[in-house]
Formats: sequence, C-alpha cells, structure tokens
Amino acid sequence: MNTADLHTLTGAYAVDALSDTERAAFERHLSGCAPCTQETAELTATSARLGLAVSVTPRAELRDEVLRRITTVRQETPREAGAATSAPRATARRMLLSRWALAACVAAAAAFGGVAVWQHERAEDALDQARQAAQDADRVAAVLAAPDARSGSAKLGDGATGTVVVSRSQDKAVFVVSGMAPPPQGKTYQLWFDEGGTMRSAGLMEPGRSAQTVLMSGTVAGASGMGITVEPAGGSEQPTSPPVALMPLPA
Amino acid sequence: MKEAVSTGGAPSAEPDLQELMRRVALGDQEAFASVYDRTMGPVLGTVRAVLRDHAQSEEVAQEIMVELWRTAARYRADRGTAINWILTLAHRRAVDRVRSAEAAAARDRKAALLDRTPAYDTVTEQVEARLEREQVRRCMRTLTEIQRQAVTLAYYRGLTYREVAEVLTLPLGTVKTRMRDGLIRLRDCLGVTA
Repeated sequence: MNTADLHTLTGAYAVDALSDTERAAFERHLSGCAPCTQETAELTATSARLGLAVSVTPRAELRDEVLRRITTVRQETPREAGAATSAPRATARRMLLSRWALAACVAAAAAFGGVAVWQHERAEDALDQARQAAQDADRVAAVLAAPDARSGSAKLGDGATGTVVVSRSQDKAVFVVSGMAPPPQGKTYQLWFDEGGTMRSAGLMEPGRSAQTVLMSGTVAGASGMGITVEPAGGSEQPTSPPVALMPLPA
Repeated sequence: MKEAVSTGGAPSAEPDLQELMRRVALGDQEAFASVYDRTMGPVLGTVRAVLRDHAQSEEVAQEIMVELWRTAARYRADRGTAINWILTLAHRRAVDRVRSAEAAAARDRKAALLDRTPAYDTVTEQVEARLEREQVRRCMRTLTEIQRQAVTLAYYRGLTYREVAEVLTLPLGTVKTRMRDGLIRLRDCLGVTA
C-alpha cells in the first residue's frame, strides 16, 4: 500500500475498520506524518462522539463487581505503560473470521483491481453506479439480514470458493464467489437452481470479475441445490455444458 | 455544544476526567470509582451497539473497565481527552470481540450486520447524554447516504471497510474515502477539535 492510500485510511482507522495488518501499517505511517496525525486525532475524537451518543445506564451490580475486581488486579507501572506502544490487539481475530466474512473479504480484495479504472469514470457515472449498487445491495442485504438466513460453502475447484446464502422466508438466495477463473472468450458463467435434476436459470455472473456477490434470480422454492455452467455470452435456456460446480442449498 | 458533555473534560468544580485518570494511574481506587461513574454509560453503550448481545456487552464493558484500571498509566493527557482514550479502547475491544469466531458465528445467524439503525433509541435519563445523542443524530443527517452507511456499519456494527465495501457493493477506494469524508463532515458539524 502506498502513502496516498495510507493517508485516505484516517477515517477507516478512526472507526476501527482496518485489519490488524493494515492498522499496523497505518500506525507506522502516522509516526512520520504530522498532518495525518492531526487528522487521525480529530477523526478518532469524532468517532468517540458516536460512542457518547449511544450511552446507556448500566445496572448498579456491574459497578460493585468491577470495583471488587480491581482490588486484585496489579496495575502497570508508568515504565511498563511507556513500553506498550499501543493497546494490544486480540491476536486471534484475523484467523477467526467466519466463512462468510472470509468469502466477503476475499471477494472484496479481488475486486480491488478494478478501483483505479472506476475512479477515472465521470462523477455522474460513478453516482449512478453507486445508486444502482446501493439498490442491489439492499436486495442482497434483505436476504443476508433475514432471520432464517442459512449459508453453505464449498470449494469449487481451481482454488475458487463459493458460498450460498438462502432465506426461505424471503424465497431468495445470494451467491458469493471468489477466485473464479475467467470464463473462456465469448462465454459466461450462468447460475442454476437444481430442482431434482432439472436446471432452472438463476441468472448470469458478471464477466471478468473473479469475485462477486450475486442475487440469484427466481424463487428458491423447489430447489435443493445450485449449479454453475459455462454458457455462450448472454446465457442459455438450459445448460449446454456439464456443470463446473454443484452445491446443495443449506436446509 | 461540546461543553454539554460533562465527560468531555470541560472545566468544572469537580476534578476533571484527565486529573482523575492521573490519580487512577497512581492506584487511587476512589478516583477509579469516579471514572467508572462518568464513563461506564458510554462504554457500555458503545460495546452494546457493536455486540448487540446484552449479557455479553456487560461482560465486555466490565473487562474494559478493569483494563482501564490496569493500564491507566498509558493514558497521555497531551494526546487527547480521557473520554476519547477510553471510548477508543472500548470500541476496539468490542470490535475485537465481534470479529472473533464465536461472535461471527452468532452474527452469521442473525445477520444483524445489515441492520443499519444504530441504537439511538436506548433509554437513558441523563440529560447530557440525551443532548449528545440529539446532536449526533442531527449531524448524521448532514452526511450523504453512502457516507452515513459507511460510518455506521463500521462504528456501530464493527465491520472492516472491506466488509462494508462488500455489503454495499462499492469499490474499496470509495468506501475508504466516504468513511473519511463522512467523519470529516461529522467533525465539522459537531465542532470536534483534537
């Protein structure tokens, strides 16, 4: 990550939205960048206001317990405190992302390659795109946020990983994939619902993105699994090639 | 309006939080009790916004308070107000917890990460907390939709900016800049100085 990238991370840093590695890189950058230090201090103070705004009244019992506990906890001396440059992070964190979050992270990381091009588009295009993306995101969000959302993941071969999230109450499914090899020239990946061996189209994946989140079109009802095939650009009525992957839908 | 927040370190007859923290670092348990009384509300609120689970939030908030006692000597008044330091610690601990496996599994089930309404509705009888909430809510309205979502998903839901980008299907660079722009707008609206 270069210096300009690091500088734009002041906001993400202030709201703790960086991974451990990024946080460490950012803190190294901070030590040599006075303007960033100032901005980071201000934005961190701003995010603390977000915390103050959700203040609640704690139960009185909690106070007694804490005041009792501190009588048995040894304090760090100022010397020890000086040696601790920053609060220690929970080391386990980076390893312990859920499978879903991991798929999302991988997908997002892979999508990064498209950013430079995207940023050169005209502002209006960007705005339209953002609005469209927000609408899609809302539909995807509705599935993911459903109380009955269930997910299942599978290795798809060639290092690709797929996760399908199903909400029966929404009657919708979302497919998240990362590490997909690009389809052959003039071809596209098509998604299918598997209804007892009969394939029903669930839409096309975007070409040229190895990682993406797709709201599968059509109803989930009746389907026990999903599949992916390589089809001519534009898609097919019925699969014209053997599936590159088949996955059961989570019950 | 910043002086409306008594915990913000405004001058008053009572010892301010900075001074109390200095005493806590020297082992003063009475000073710690005062720090607890002034900060446990926002600490618990912050943790609960991120974790959602009531019992777990109480447990984590208590751990944060004990850590505050243990590491009070790390606080440096020349680097910012004590309440900022404490809430930064609290938020980081909450985020650490929510990103751990156990919480992530629970989060998968609830998929609560997409519930974008922060817990502004929590009842508290403290007047200054209510003022603070009104002010933040008002300033939040000055953000664009994407800025607001980016800041909210990260701060109140504990998502990384990569997760935010995935959830909102936006490029990473866009999320980074919207997060920064949103916080800058909030900073100016709230009149925050570091």
